[in-house]
Amino acid sequence: MQPILDVLAKPAKAATDGTMSTENDRTKIARQFIEAIPYSRALGMSLEEIGDGVAIISMPYDKRFVGNPATGVIHGGAVSALMDTCGGAAVMSHGDAPAGTATIDLRIDYMRAATPGQRIRARAECYHVTRSVAFVRATAVDDDDENPVAAATGAFTFQRAKGA
Amino acid sequence: MRKPEPVQVIKTRRDAALRGLVESVPYIQFLGVEFDRRGDELTAVLPYRDDLIGNPMLPAIHGGVTAAFLEITSIIELTWSSLWTDMEDGKLVSDVPLPMPKTIDFTVDYLRTGLPRDAYARARVNRSGRRYASVHVEAWQDNHDRIFAQATGHFLMPTREDG
Repeated sequence: MQPILDVLAKPAKAATDGTMSTENDRTKIARQFIEAIPYSRALGMSLEEIGDGVAIISMPYDKRFVGNPATGVIHGGAVSALMDTCGGAAVMSHGDAPAGTATIDLRIDYMRAATPGQRIRARAECYHVTRSVAFVRATAVDDDDENPVAAATGAFTFQRAKGA
Repeated sequence: MRKPEPVQVIKTRRDAALRGLVESVPYIQFLGVEFDRRGDELTAVLPYRDDLIGNPMLPAIHGGVTAAFLEITSIIELTWSSLWTDMEDGKLVSDVPLPMPKTIDFTVDYLRTGLPRDAYARARVNRSGRRYASVHVEAWQDNHDRIFAQATGHFLMPTREDG
């Protein structure tokens, strides 16, 4: 999660002509960038929403991601990857426009088993930034969005652009 | 007393138990994690592949890959150490999938950038009770002294009866 996500924080050059499409273009470009991260792509992640320090990314159910063969439940490691990607994207979309970010630490609480066959959707929020650190919390849900599957809290580096 | 078993019989039994455990989990196969065994000591190996990258500019391994690698290493170590006695006594039933511990929480410290190279990890079970276990795990790449990530996890142990 580093400078490649630059684009999330700044309006795309092509869209700075004052047209109404700026926001949509940013989301579109952000989606392309996140979906181009090799491992995020390997897990089939797709960006649903992004902006102002909040990101929503989902991941399909796939038999290859199963962690417990007896139950067909997705491995915690795949959920970690989703939470990490989503957390990094939330940081990059913060209004202070960081030049880059990297995960310092990430804690994940597994509250219940994700239901086999259902998509997992993570929502991460960068709720505070200092000069060099961004604090993030995230939750992941499946089709039952009232009962989270997992929750995460993390600290990320917040690399400010020179002179900012 | 009974005669000690030939070393090859013991090795074959241990390797088969480990292989059964590792190969039963699709996500371990998806990530390509392998395990080296010396006696009861396990070292997890993550062979590098281009699709493990999270930042193509650096390039660096995805934080989610690192987290998954550490969690896999922890769960396999925990399961392996809890089945050791039964395995040594020849009491393991090989054709039923082993019940796995469930992760309660998992906290990863990213100490250095994960480089586009093979990674290794070893886990230590600090406490394993009937219900709960606490595991610490460290991962390195070229130099064992330069740990690039570490994690602590808590796990709910499977109840023996509900296999």
